[in-house]
Amino acid sequence: MWESVIGLEIHVQLKTQSKIFSSASTNFGAEQNTQACAIDLGLPGVLPVLNEEAVKMAIKFGIAVGANIENNSIFARKNYFYPDLPKGYQISQYEIPIVSNGSINIDINKKVKKIRITRAHLEEDAGKSIHDLYENESAIDLNRAGTPLIEIVSEPDLSNAEEAVKYLKHIHSLVRYLDISDGNMQEGSFRCDANISLKKSNSSELGIRAEIKNINSFKFVEQAINYEIQRQGEILDSGKSVIQETRLFDPIRNETRSMRSKEEANDYRYFPDPDLLPVSISNNLIESIKLNMPELPNDKKERFIKQYKLTDYDTSILVLDKDLSAYYEKVLEKTDLNPKTTANWIITELLSYANKSNTEVKNYPVSFEGLASLLTYIHEGLISNKQAKIIFEKMWNNGEKPQDIIEKEDIKQISDTMEINKLVDNVIKNHYKSVEEYLSGKDKLFGFFVGEVMKESKGKANPKIVNQLLKEKLRNDK
Amino acid sequence: MEDKTLIELKKEIQNKEISSYELTKFFLNRIKKIDPKLNAFITVTENDSLKKAKKIDSEIAKGNINPLSGIPIAQKDIFCTKGIKTTCGSKMLENFISPYDATVVEKLDKAGMIIIGKTNMDEFAMGSSNETSYFGDVKNPWNLNCVPGGSSGGSAASVAARLIPCSTGTDTGGSIRQPASLTGVCGIKPTYGRVSRYGMIAFASSLDQAGIFTRTAKDCAILLSHISGYDAKDSTSSKKEVPDYYKDCTKKFEKMKIGIPEEFLDGLDSKVAEVFAESINIFKSNGCEIKKISLKNSKLGVSAYQVVAPAECSSNLSRFDGVRYGFRANDVKDIDELYKKSRSQGFGDEVKRRILIGTYALSTGYYDAYYLKAQKIRTIISKEFQNAFKEVDLIIGPTAPDCAFKLGEKLNDPIAMYLSDIFTVSTNLAGLPAISIPMGFKNKLPLGLQIIGNHFDESKILSLSNHYQNLTDWHMQKPDMLGET
Repeated sequence: MWESVIGLEIHVQLKTQSKIFSSASTNFGAEQNTQACAIDLGLPGVLPVLNEEAVKMAIKFGIAVGANIENNSIFARKNYFYPDLPKGYQISQYEIPIVSNGSINIDINKKVKKIRITRAHLEEDAGKSIHDLYENESAIDLNRAGTPLIEIVSEPDLSNAEEAVKYLKHIHSLVRYLDISDGNMQEGSFRCDANISLKKSNSSELGIRAEIKNINSFKFVEQAINYEIQRQGEILDSGKSVIQETRLFDPIRNETRSMRSKEEANDYRYFPDPDLLPVSISNNLIESIKLNMPELPNDKKERFIKQYKLTDYDTSILVLDKDLSAYYEKVLEKTDLNPKTTANWIITELLSYANKSNTEVKNYPVSFEGLASLLTYIHEGLISNKQAKIIFEKMWNNGEKPQDIIEKEDIKQISDTMEINKLVDNVIKNHYKSVEEYLSGKDKLFGFFVGEVMKESKGKANPKIVNQLLKEKLRNDK
Repeated sequence: MEDKTLIELKKEIQNKEISSYELTKFFLNRIKKIDPKLNAFITVTENDSLKKAKKIDSEIAKGNINPLSGIPIAQKDIFCTKGIKTTCGSKMLENFISPYDATVVEKLDKAGMIIIGKTNMDEFAMGSSNETSYFGDVKNPWNLNCVPGGSSGGSAASVAARLIPCSTGTDTGGSIRQPASLTGVCGIKPTYGRVSRYGMIAFASSLDQAGIFTRTAKDCAILLSHISGYDAKDSTSSKKEVPDYYKDCTKKFEKMKIGIPEEFLDGLDSKVAEVFAESINIFKSNGCEIKKISLKNSKLGVSAYQVVAPAECSSNLSRFDGVRYGFRANDVKDIDELYKKSRSQGFGDEVKRRILIGTYALSTGYYDAYYLKAQKIRTIISKEFQNAFKEVDLIIGPTAPDCAFKLGEKLNDPIAMYLSDIFTVSTNLAGLPAISIPMGFKNKLPLGLQIIGNHFDESKILSLSNHYQNLTDWHMQKPDMLGET
């Protein structure tokens, strides 16, 4: 009966060396208030000076989403009082943002869906209030104040939590490909607000929306949206109407709670910041950035499908994470392995470990060289696929090299035909009755012989050779 | 000694006829004797100034001499000075010490000048009489019952009373020129962007501009060259090269076409009109062509100004919230009360009035009707000036509608007070440079002549001012502070 309509506002911290309007460092995790200069503290008399790197990064994003890049965008002041907002206003962009009218495509049920991006604007981050450091008093850390952000605002083109998460993951992937953000969600480099409303099916009229603020994980976005859809649905089902308000998601109780209503909302009194000139961007600058764009996820996806003959599914997984796709290509570079086999290994084995332990590519305990040699050993028949999985587990857990594990545990595969021949002969000799049954037509017994040979070899015999020899021998016996 | 110009003092120091220490000590003594009557200074940095003077003397002895080595100057208390209190005339910043120097302060320091103190001013530069200062009224040296004008009242009064040869000021709607007019000194507001605003506590960022008070146009020219120029710390500062204003203004005077806006003379006080007419005659008979022009939209200036300036101030003053520095109220229950009480108790009435007006003007539903409209008027006024400058080199008129008024006279009538700036605000709205130089007296109180130029035409303005001062001696008149005359 109800259809959900969702739009996201994504805040992405840009990885510039210094802040957007001062020369203070943007490094995360420094001692409180050591990375806040006079400008970040909002001392009397200071003035902002725009960091051109931040502008270039915003342009890069604009190009990547096929958006319009404004030649003269305007910084505006968003006025409100908050203890961690030193100037009493945030420098942001309002009427004329640097990036507008872009879009990205996401795959939903094997269909491509276009999600429109209304705008992306530059702004400064606020500091942080800390409430659990002192009794009865709050503390303020202004290290984050002035960190450059782009806020990416989508049209309400998303229909459910799944689409929203997919879109969010695409943007996340994109900003990392563009190398404009580290995308670290735990550290707050990538966070989003979700606007959610319900409308009657088949109606074009949008319902009243609630905005859920500051959600900082993919999982929470999914939970918050699903909770909110249910909450609003229940309200509407009971004949009441939804209140326009800002809500907070509480991941512990898995619910959203009202923060402030529309009436309590600030009047931000936006006006152009007189301390800053319009951001003048020449077409030459846009062109030169265009020429130096890195390969983007969609291009890479096409290339992978063509170059490595991978499936659409495999490619999507590998390409979403820039670092993972690089890891994959480095493994390939090191070996003559089949790209498909390598992709399978990464997707089924490696990712299952990585996802379980929530490990990022840069922290993988198994280096691409390590994985490459492991896969080479399989390829050369030195170890079986099954052995490889056991070795990989040890590589992942203990960071050991595959050759060391193989030597230490003596798990080299036996591929010597003479040796396997002996084992096969023994098995045939010891199970003469079964051989007779097999020869009289009980084909199923073949597997039993293979198993026996493997048992004799303590699992080390190369199953391919075992199969081959057994077939030959048993045929001879016929 | 107190009558010597900056140029004369510069020469004496460089010829080692006088030491910086003697000079500094002399003006410090004069401040001690006379300033209690005027209240022109909020802070006098006696020990630091003398220490610095000694240091500069020893540098001079070693042959290390800078263009303005050893000459004392007073800084308006709106400029941040490292290690010296910067109050901006407010209880809010009563004990604020800046950890950095404003660019203007830094530049004058590099030129070798010595800060002798920080001058009194209207609170956060909001006022035209210097009566809104938390540190008390400044008196006009010509008549202690009169105001010196504002907001740079202390800077103007201290130069008029010869407590210092020169001082800095800031001008948002007339805050240099109007007090210069009312105290009989020379005060220039350069083109917007000519001088860096870094470290100058912001009132209305798109209008604020730093400038200079001296007694002569030539002194003004010298100092202006030193404080001007691009500053990477101020995005709105201009990269245009800084001319040698002294050289430019002392060149042989070349014929100029001078415009007089009819609107400036409409209903003008008869004595002011008479004095102004004499100035016109001097120009006419000394190589200038006078042309009547019309700036019919300039009368909208005060209204537009009274929207734009409070709007920007309401935002600029948000940082004074009692959280990180400045005044913080006691006995507060929560953060909202901390804001409310700190700002209610820390700001004076005029500042609060403007914050309220500005907040209102920027609010949703009013923005278009007030702020946007005011910005449109601003554009119209700018265009009107640009058209005028196609016909004339400079525009002149009286700086203020009248001579200095009595203390308290307009304090409770904000509209009357705002009209003191009627001739000055439109140049701020258009970002144009303008000067006020003494042109005569009314009731023994000085009157100022305003000369307005096109963008970056400071040389022309100073050249005409110097020309005028070569022909008149209004700028040589001095108030009788100690029964000296």
